[in-house]
Amino acid sequence: MLELRHVNKTYTNGQKVLSDLSYTLKADEYVAIMGDSGVGKSTLLNLIAGLDTPDSGEVILDGVTMSSLNDDAATRLRREAFGFVFQAFHVLPHLTLSQNIALPLLLNKRSTERVAHILAAVGLHGRGHNFPRQLSGGELQRIAIARALVHSPKLILADEPTGNLDPDTAHDVLMLMRAEIKANNASGIIVTHSQAAAATADHVLLLTKEGLHSTALNHNA
Amino acid sequence: MNRFTLFRWVLLGEWRAHPVQAVVAIIAIALGVALGFSIHLINTAAFNEFSAASRNLSGQSDLQVRGKQVMFDESLFPILAAYAGVELANPILELDVAILGERDGKKNNTLKIIGLDMFRAVMISPDLMGVPTESKPLDGLSDDAIFLSPAAMEWLQMKQGDALQFNVGTQTITLRVAGGLVRARAGQRIAVMDIGVAQWRFKHLGLLSRIELKLLPGVNRDTFKAKLAEKLGKQYFVTEIAEQAARVANMSRAYRVNLNMLALVALFTGAFLVFSTQALSVIRRRHQFALLRVMGLTRQKLLRQIILEGAMLGVAGSLMGLILGYVIAVMALHFFGGDLGGGFFPGVKPSIHFSPLAAIIFFVMGLGVTLLGSAIPAWEAACAKPAAALKSGSEEAAVSKLATLWPAIICLSLAIVLTQLPPIFELPIFGYLAVVLLLVGGIALMPRLSALFFSFLLRAKKHNIAGAESTLVLARLANVPNQASIALGGILASFSLMVAMAIMVTSFRVSVDDWLTHVLPADLYVRVASSGGKGGFRLEEQKALAALPGFTRIDFFRTLPLILDPRRPEITLIARPIDMVDPSNTLPMTNDMIAPVLLPQDVMPIWVSEAMVDLYGYTVGKRVTLPVGKASHEFLVAGIWRDYGRQFGAVQMQLADYQWVSGDQSINTVALWLQAGATPALAKSTLQYLPFGKALEISQSGEIRKLSLEIFDRSFAVTYVLEMVAVMIGLMGVAASFSAQTLARTKEFGMLRHIGVMRRQILMMLAAEGGLLTALGIVLGFVLGWSISLILVFIVNPQSFHWTMQLHLPWGLLTIVAGIMLVTAALTALVAGRHAVSGRAVRAVREDW
Repeated sequence: MLELRHVNKTYTNGQKVLSDLSYTLKADEYVAIMGDSGVGKSTLLNLIAGLDTPDSGEVILDGVTMSSLNDDAATRLRREAFGFVFQAFHVLPHLTLSQNIALPLLLNKRSTERVAHILAAVGLHGRGHNFPRQLSGGELQRIAIARALVHSPKLILADEPTGNLDPDTAHDVLMLMRAEIKANNASGIIVTHSQAAAATADHVLLLTKEGLHSTALNHNA
Repeated sequence: MNRFTLFRWVLLGEWRAHPVQAVVAIIAIALGVALGFSIHLINTAAFNEFSAASRNLSGQSDLQVRGKQVMFDESLFPILAAYAGVELANPILELDVAILGERDGKKNNTLKIIGLDMFRAVMISPDLMGVPTESKPLDGLSDDAIFLSPAAMEWLQMKQGDALQFNVGTQTITLRVAGGLVRARAGQRIAVMDIGVAQWRFKHLGLLSRIELKLLPGVNRDTFKAKLAEKLGKQYFVTEIAEQAARVANMSRAYRVNLNMLALVALFTGAFLVFSTQALSVIRRRHQFALLRVMGLTRQKLLRQIILEGAMLGVAGSLMGLILGYVIAVMALHFFGGDLGGGFFPGVKPSIHFSPLAAIIFFVMGLGVTLLGSAIPAWEAACAKPAAALKSGSEEAAVSKLATLWPAIICLSLAIVLTQLPPIFELPIFGYLAVVLLLVGGIALMPRLSALFFSFLLRAKKHNIAGAESTLVLARLANVPNQASIALGGILASFSLMVAMAIMVTSFRVSVDDWLTHVLPADLYVRVASSGGKGGFRLEEQKALAALPGFTRIDFFRTLPLILDPRRPEITLIARPIDMVDPSNTLPMTNDMIAPVLLPQDVMPIWVSEAMVDLYGYTVGKRVTLPVGKASHEFLVAGIWRDYGRQFGAVQMQLADYQWVSGDQSINTVALWLQAGATPALAKSTLQYLPFGKALEISQSGEIRKLSLEIFDRSFAVTYVLEMVAVMIGLMGVAASFSAQTLARTKEFGMLRHIGVMRRQILMMLAAEGGLLTALGIVLGFVLGWSISLILVFIVNPQSFHWTMQLHLPWGLLTIVAGIMLVTAALTALVAGRHAVSGRAVRAVREDW
């Protein structure tokens, strides 16, 4: 489904972050990527989402090379095929919860009927008219997950989705995200420093200067 | 490291991060202060010079005796010269005499001529003495000599020995320029000659304008003045220099105050801009302030930090404004002279003097409005609970108090109450306050109205699932109305004031145009030069005019000045035929009048202008005494008419009544109605064939109307400039606010870019937000401006200038300005948005800390 072929990326300041990176993500697969700070985890997500372009190599999603798309085409692809979950939630404060969740559907010119269903699925049934300021951090991240999944994207990208949450809430959110990804037959990539978060994925990959490697989790951590 | 280190770090950090917002706020304050300060400097310089020139003519006299008519019989002079307590009596004849030919491309120029008794004047007004050549030391008494001030020589392009020609009635008089004056003020155009010669040559034999008195040492001036006034009776005034100064001040006071108020509009608009800059800055730094509070910064210190930040903008803007204002004033005086279009200070050549007191006042005003603009945001930031402020999405709560209704309702209610109050010191102080309160109240309503309107639109759109952009736009406008409204504060203020001014000026212009049509019903108007209250046409000349063929009707007018109060400018008495069946056929009457059939037979009727009611209490039905002829006579006020030509009051009466009580048969102006088929050109040539035809000034009513409207437009040109500056400051405010808000929303745009919103869609959203918000602002600004215009038209104008007008709306102009503002605001939002979405979306969603 997603293929990384010999991807190289160097920052404008000359720092090389990704070097000859190759990996294939299968459909319905949910992986966690861990690694030291500055190793290029977030950069990798940006390359996958078409928000950045590799210096060389290719990122291919269902046969489409991301770097071959212009900005509009990449945006349209992102609109349809991707869902995003951010560490800081990025829920729009002036939209109601329903409106926040409905955004991807409206952008894709689809019916918003599914909003109520997904709102219930993330445990916020009946609170669609609330505004984000009335929610806790964990609830906000649930909204962000609902927004990422509502339009049934193929791939969910989550960058430190529980970085701002307490452990109990983080666990709930991670389990919810996993369940929803699986329920929607989507694939997922979660970038995290948290071993507990990584443990909710099917596989855990370690990103180093040498590339992506499978790793076993230290479940005692 | 000292107690100011943190203040400096926070302040410089903000200015480094958002330099444009700080610069725009400083420029707005600087422009506001500069306009106010420059107008004040120009008006003060012109007024002081004009007053000094007037005082210069009065010399060092203790008292002056004047008639209620501008001229009185000289038989009073020997009485006063021998009066107990008088050391010296100095008779003066002061005339404004028409100069032959054109000057500066204009006809009808006059020169002020002072007739003096040289032997007496040297004791009281030595500066006004003529300086003859050494070869002709007695020129001061010569029957053809006139002495000119340097400004008059320059204006007339004359030198010693040249011949200067004057028009007096239907005759031309030639005098010889015998020399200059001992001393005259810069720009003061005057001429001096022997009083006897002046009386003879200008046909004022036996008449004087005033007698100046120098009292013996030890004589109590006040007691002497009171006793002399009692002795002389009602036909004379005994005045002091102070009353003369008050009269000069009264002439231009309303004009100066109104122009100053208008200049302050820019500063007022600037205050809203500072408010929006500071409010948005506080919203943007809400997390930062909350963090500082958590780390131990006290509430008082945070309040001081934000107030001081505002003060820094105010100090910088005010200082720049003072410098700029001084430069503008110097340049304006250099290029345009001291008269800003109002016509109150003709000919004076003042020079700007830096007034430390005025500078301090304008500095304090600039700083004051800045502190006022900073106060609410500072207070909110200081009162915010740090825990809540640290929470993302709490920004709107920071300005939620703006949506509170009661301050707006209090302001609006108070404004309505103030409109009902009378003027103070003949100035519409409460009217101006009502305008300010209406503006503040109207703008304070904006968040609530904005929320209501856009929520309604959002609900109406609910059934239409298409369009994420429209949902995002309307939801933001409906649910974040305070932030959105902040951007509009300045533009709403400037637009509504511009609407108000446009409606007022248009109402005034249309009313003046209608009035001109009413007061200029004849086809031709003929005048001869007259001076000193004398009529120019003698009886035989009137007969010659009346006998001319080609006219269906000829009316004669006699116009002369009267002094009813020595502290006020003269009023004008106009005697003419008035339709006694319906006076409104002749005069532009208001509805306040007595029907002619109800007029008592024992008293002569007069019809007075609106100013006479305000200034002298001449209400309809009142019996009043006017100094017409050699004695005062009683008249009945039969009606009020509208007069846009004479701000200080005018009285109209039947010509026959005037001639009967005064015995004066002379007239100044003739109105002529052409026979059918006759052309103005033919009529003009007929008039010019008269023996005195060359002395006639013949004007078609259309020409007079055109000239009058040109003067009107010129006098309001400066108001248009001031309004334009205010609107520009308002637009700068929109640009600064949109830019600040857009930058504050980069994370939102970053997220939207992630989930598939294209760059151009974000730009379109921003343009739509700017456009919709401005459209609402324009509608509200129009309503607010219309309300303010009612105050200007029906309260400020009548209380300032003593005339009323009918309301007329300049729809075309308002539509064009609204369109320009709409497009400009949308483009401004677009440009601000381009900057915000130009950064990589990936950077935008990265957490700050």
